[in-house]
Amino acid sequence: MKKSVFLGALTVAGLTAGAAAAATLDDVKARGKLNCGVTTGLVGFAAPDANGNWEGFDVGVCRAVAAAVLGDPMAVEFVPTTGKTRFTALASGEIDMLARNTTWTFSRDVDLKFEFVGINYYDGQGFMVPKALGVSSAKELDGATVCIQTGTTTELNLADFFRTNNISYEPVPIETNAEAQPLYLEGACDVYTTDASGLAATRAAFENPGDHIILPEIISKEPLGPLVRHGDNEWGDVVRWSLNALIAAEELGVTSANVDELAQGTNNPEINRLLGTEGTLGEMLGLDADWAARAIKAVGNYGEVFEKNIGENTPIGLARGLNAQWTDGGLLYSPPFR
Amino acid sequence: MATYSDPPAGSFQLSQLINDTRYRSYTFQIIALIALFGAMAYLVSNLLANLQAAGLNISYEFLGEPAGYDINQTLVDYNSQSTHLRAAIVGVLNTLLVAFLGCLMATVIGVVVGVLRLSPNWLIRKLMAVYVEIFRNVPVLIWILIIMAIFVAVLPQPRDFRGDNAEASMLWGMFAFTGRGFYFPMPVFGAGSGVVGAVFVASIVGIFGYRRYAKKKLFDEGKLLPVFWPSVALFFVPAILAYLVMGRPIGMEYPALKGFNFQGGIFARNSLISLWFALSIYTAAFIAENVRAGILAISKGQTEAAASLGLRPNRIMNLVILPQALRVIIPPLISQYLNLTKNSSLAIAVGYMDLTGTLGGITLNQTGRAIECVLLLMLFYLTISLAISAIMNAYNNAVKLKER
Amino acid sequence: MSDTHAQSVAFVRDTMLPEQAPPASEAGVVKWMRENLFPGPVNTILTLLAIYFIYKIVAGSLPWFWNGIWTTSSLAECREILQGATGGCFSVLTERWNQLLFGFKYPSDQYWRPLVAFILLAVAVAPVLFAHLPRKMLLFTGIYPFLAFWLIWGGTILSPLMVLIGVLAGLAAFRRIEASGFAMAALAGLVTAVVIWWLGGFLASAASGVLALEAVPSRDMGGFMLNMILGTVCVSLSLPIGILLALGRQSHMPIIKWICVVFIEFIRGVPLITLLFVANVVLSYFFPPETNLDLIIRVIIMITAFASAYIAEVVRGGLAALPRGQYEAADSLGLDYAQSMRLIILPQALKISIPGIVNVAVGLFKDTTLVSVISMFDLVGMIRGPILASTEWNGVYWELWGFAVLTFFVVCYGISQYSQWLERQLQRDHR
Repeated sequence: MKKSVFLGALTVAGLTAGAAAAATLDDVKARGKLNCGVTTGLVGFAAPDANGNWEGFDVGVCRAVAAAVLGDPMAVEFVPTTGKTRFTALASGEIDMLARNTTWTFSRDVDLKFEFVGINYYDGQGFMVPKALGVSSAKELDGATVCIQTGTTTELNLADFFRTNNISYEPVPIETNAEAQPLYLEGACDVYTTDASGLAATRAAFENPGDHIILPEIISKEPLGPLVRHGDNEWGDVVRWSLNALIAAEELGVTSANVDELAQGTNNPEINRLLGTEGTLGEMLGLDADWAARAIKAVGNYGEVFEKNIGENTPIGLARGLNAQWTDGGLLYSPPFR
Repeated sequence: MATYSDPPAGSFQLSQLINDTRYRSYTFQIIALIALFGAMAYLVSNLLANLQAAGLNISYEFLGEPAGYDINQTLVDYNSQSTHLRAAIVGVLNTLLVAFLGCLMATVIGVVVGVLRLSPNWLIRKLMAVYVEIFRNVPVLIWILIIMAIFVAVLPQPRDFRGDNAEASMLWGMFAFTGRGFYFPMPVFGAGSGVVGAVFVASIVGIFGYRRYAKKKLFDEGKLLPVFWPSVALFFVPAILAYLVMGRPIGMEYPALKGFNFQGGIFARNSLISLWFALSIYTAAFIAENVRAGILAISKGQTEAAASLGLRPNRIMNLVILPQALRVIIPPLISQYLNLTKNSSLAIAVGYMDLTGTLGGITLNQTGRAIECVLLLMLFYLTISLAISAIMNAYNNAVKLKER
Repeated sequence: MSDTHAQSVAFVRDTMLPEQAPPASEAGVVKWMRENLFPGPVNTILTLLAIYFIYKIVAGSLPWFWNGIWTTSSLAECREILQGATGGCFSVLTERWNQLLFGFKYPSDQYWRPLVAFILLAVAVAPVLFAHLPRKMLLFTGIYPFLAFWLIWGGTILSPLMVLIGVLAGLAAFRRIEASGFAMAALAGLVTAVVIWWLGGFLASAASGVLALEAVPSRDMGGFMLNMILGTVCVSLSLPIGILLALGRQSHMPIIKWICVVFIEFIRGVPLITLLFVANVVLSYFFPPETNLDLIIRVIIMITAFASAYIAEVVRGGLAALPRGQYEAADSLGLDYAQSMRLIILPQALKISIPGIVNVAVGLFKDTTLVSVISMFDLVGMIRGPILASTEWNGVYWELWGFAVLTFFVVCYGISQYSQWLERQLQRDHR
C-alpha cells in the first residue's frame, strides 16, 4: 500500500505538470510555462545544444509566443515529438502548440481537427544523394533504396512521385531524422528524402557536407507552420499574430536591436500599433500592449530568426527564396496590424 | 450435523451483508461490479468528452481508403493505391513470417545449445553457459539494434561491389551479403519442372515409408536396417535423375548488380534478418535453459538403465531421454514461441514492416486514428496468444492422459 | 630380509612395491584435459573449434581495447590518432557518460541526487532480499520511496513527507479498528490517508520552499537513470497489485475472479510495445479533459499494469504450490479470509514466489528499453538518437552498444544470480 501512495504522489506531480482546456491562453498564463512540441532534434529547426538548451528556427516561434504571453522567452517547456506522437500530443493537450515543421494539408486541418495558424517556412520535398553516385535528377533513381521518415507527408508524396513517373524504388521507413543519418551515410540507402530544408539541415551536420548533393527536383509543396487545436480561437489568434508580428516586424524594419528605441513611438502608425504605443491590439488578444515588442526583442524579427538559425551564414546555408518578404519577391505576407 | 443453526428466515438484517459469510461474497461482488462499471463509464465518458472536444470520432472507415504509402516487403499483392486494410494484412503476414522463421531457428539453436550445455566437454559447456547468460541478460531490443548496426556499419554496401577492383565481391557469384540484406539465387521453374517436383515429393513420401518399414522390421523381427544413408539416397537420387531426364527444367536466377541495387534472386532485407537473428538467438538462450532443465528432470537412473541394456549414447538420447524430456520441455517452449511472437513487434525499431509497422505505424501516423489502430493491433496479438495458449492446453491435456 | 617362503617357491615378493605415479594420461592436467576436452573424436573437433573461436574473438577485440582512445572529443580525432590501426574510440563514453547515465536534460550539478538515491536503493532493498539482515532495516525500506522521490524529482520535502504521514496515519487508523473487521478498517485507513494527503497538498504548495531541492520535471529524466526509475517504480508498484490480482484469480467469487482473469490474460496476450503505444497516443483520451499526465507517468501506469499481470501469475503459482492443508488449517483456526491470507497463506506463498518475481523483475527491467521506441531518451534512446546522430560521434557503434550491453548485463546478471542463490536456499529449507 505504501508503494501505491507513491503512485499517488507521482500522479499529483504529473497533474500539476499541465492542464489543457478550451482556454489554453489562461492555462498557459496560470502555468507560467508554454508547452511547445518540437522535433526530437533537427539542427537549425529545433535541437538541444550541448547544455540541453533548445535552439532553432521553430524554437524561435515558441520563444516568441512565450515572450508575448508570459514575458519570458525562456518560459518554454520543449516537448520532443516524433512524426507519430506529434498530433496526439497536441490533440490530448500535452502541448499547447506544435512547431515541428509540420506540413499544412487539407486532411490535417479538416479531418484531424487542427488549426494551422500560418506558414513560417515554405518548403518542398527534395532528395539528397551522395555525389559519388553520379545522379543528377530524381528521375534517374529507378531501383534506388530510399530512406523516408514515416508519418510524414513526404512518404505519400514519394509514393505518388514514383508512381506517376513509373519508376520503382525500395522504401526504408525510419522514425526520426537521427536514425536516418547513419543509414544514409553508411550507404544502407542511396537516397534520403524529406523537406528540402530538412535535407540542408541534415547535410550540414555531416562530417563532409560537400560529398552530398540535393537534387534539383522539388516534388511537392510543403508549407510548414505552427498549429494549435481546433476550437480555441483565442489561443489560435495569439499564436497566429505572434508569428505575424515577427514577419511584419521584418517588413517594417523593426529588429531586436532597435525595437526598444522604436517602442518609444515613431511616426509610422503601423509600427506604433504593432509595438503597442498606439491602439489596443494587445488588449484585444488578451495580452498587454507591448506583447509584440517583447517577442521581437526576445528572438528578433523573422529575418533575424532565419539568418541566425538556418540562413546563408550558418552551416545549413538556406537562401531566403520563397521565404523572402513579399516586397522582395517572396511569399511572406503578414496581414496588416490594424 | 451442523453445529450451528441458520438464523430463521425473515430475520434478515442489513448488517448481514457485511458480516454474514453467506451474503458477504455477493456484497463484495456487487461492489466490485459497480466499481468496474463505474470506472468504465468514467473512462468512456472522458473518452467521449475528449473526442468531442477535439471534434473526432471513432470510425473504421479509414480501413477502406487507399493507404498511399509503399511497403518494401510484401507477401501479397500490394501497391500504394491499396487500402489500409490490405496494408494491415501485409503487416500480419510479415509478422507471421518473422515469427515462424524465428521460432524455427530459435528451436534449433536452443536445442543444440541446451544439449551442449550438458556435454562432457568442459570448454563447450562453459562457452554455451556464457552464450546463455549474455543473451538472456541483455534486452532483446539492444540485440536487434546491434545486428542492424552490423548490417549498416560492417557489411559492404552495394556500392562496394561496383567497379573493376571492387572492395567486396559475391560469394561464388551466387550470394551477395550486403548491408541492405542478403541476396540468394532463386530457382526458376521451366516446363517439366512439375515432374521433378512430383518425383521429389514422392521420394520424401518414400523416405517416410521406408523409415516406417525399418521400424516395423526392428520391432517385429529385431532386424536393424540402415536408415540414414538410404534416406539420403532417396532424398537426392530420384529428384536428380528426374531433373536430368527432363532436360534440366529448373534454372537458377542469380542476383546481379544493376543500377543502385542487386536485382534478381531472393532478397532478404536487413530489417528482416536482424529481427529474425536477434529474436532467434535471444529466445534460443531461454529455450536452451528449458531444454537443459527438461533433460536434467529425467532421473539419471533412466540413462543408466538404458546404458545397461546396451544402447549407445545417441540412442539413449533419442529413444529414452528425449521422449520423456519433451513432456517437460514443450510447455515452456510454446510460451517462448509466444514471447518471440510478441517480441517481433519490436520490428518497428528497425523498420521491418510487420503489423506494428504498417497498422500501428504508418497507417496510424497518416490517418491519425490512434485508438482504432492500437485496438486492432492489440486484438491481433491477443488472438495469436489465445490461439497458442489453446494449443498449449490441448497439448498439456494430451500428455496428461499418458501419465500413470 | 624375511625368508618365510625362501624354501617353497623360487621368488615371492614380500614387500610392497613403491606406489607408482599414474600414467601421464590419467593424472593431473592431462587427465582433466582428456576427460573434459578430448573425450572423443567429435568432442575433440568441437574443442578445437571452440578454441579457434575464442582465439578469433580475443585476437579481434584485444587490440581494439588495447589501442582504445579515451580522451578525444570526436570520432574524427580518434581516427586521426589511430592512423588506421584497430582501436576503440572510447572517448565517446568519457565525453558523453553523463548523457548516457542521466539523459541530456538532468541538471549536471544535481547528478549526486539520483546517485545517492540509487545507492540508498541498495540499502533499502537489502533487508527484503537477504533474510538474515536485521529486520529494523525494513523501516528504512518503508521510508525509502519518499526519500527517493524527493531526491530525484526535487521540490520541497514537505510533499513526500505529507504523503508519508498520510500513510502512517492511515496505518494507525487501520490498526485501531482492525478488530472490528478488515474491510471497515481498510476503508477507515484509506479515508484517513486521503484526508491527510489532501490537507498536506495545501501545506506543501503553501510552503514550497521548505528544504527544497531544485525541482526536475519528469520529462528531463533520461539515460540509464530512466531505465532504473521505470524498473524500480513499476516493479514495486506492481507487487501489491499483482498479489491482489492473484488472490482475485483464486477467489471463489465468480465476478471478481473473471475480472482478474480477463485483465491478466489480456495484458499477457499483447506485447508491451502496444501498451506503450496506448500510453503514448491513446491513454490521454481516457483522462478528464482538464488533466494531463506526463508521458513518463502514463508509461509508468502501463508498465505497472503489464508487470502486475505477470507477477500475478507468479504469485498464483506460489499460492497453488501451497498444500491444501495450510488453507484448511487456517480455516480450522477460525481465521477469516483476510487474516488467513495475511498471517498464513501469503507469507509462505510469497516466499516460494520470490525467485519467480525476481525473474519477472529482470524481464521488466530489460523491457524498459522499449520506451526508446516511443521517443523517450533512456539509455538506448540516447544512443540511437542524440549521440549517434551528432556530428562528432556519427558511426561509433561498438563502443556505445558495448557499453549498453555491459550495463544491462551487470545489473541483470547480478539479479538473476541472486535469484538462483535464493532458489537454492529455499530448496534447502524444504528438504
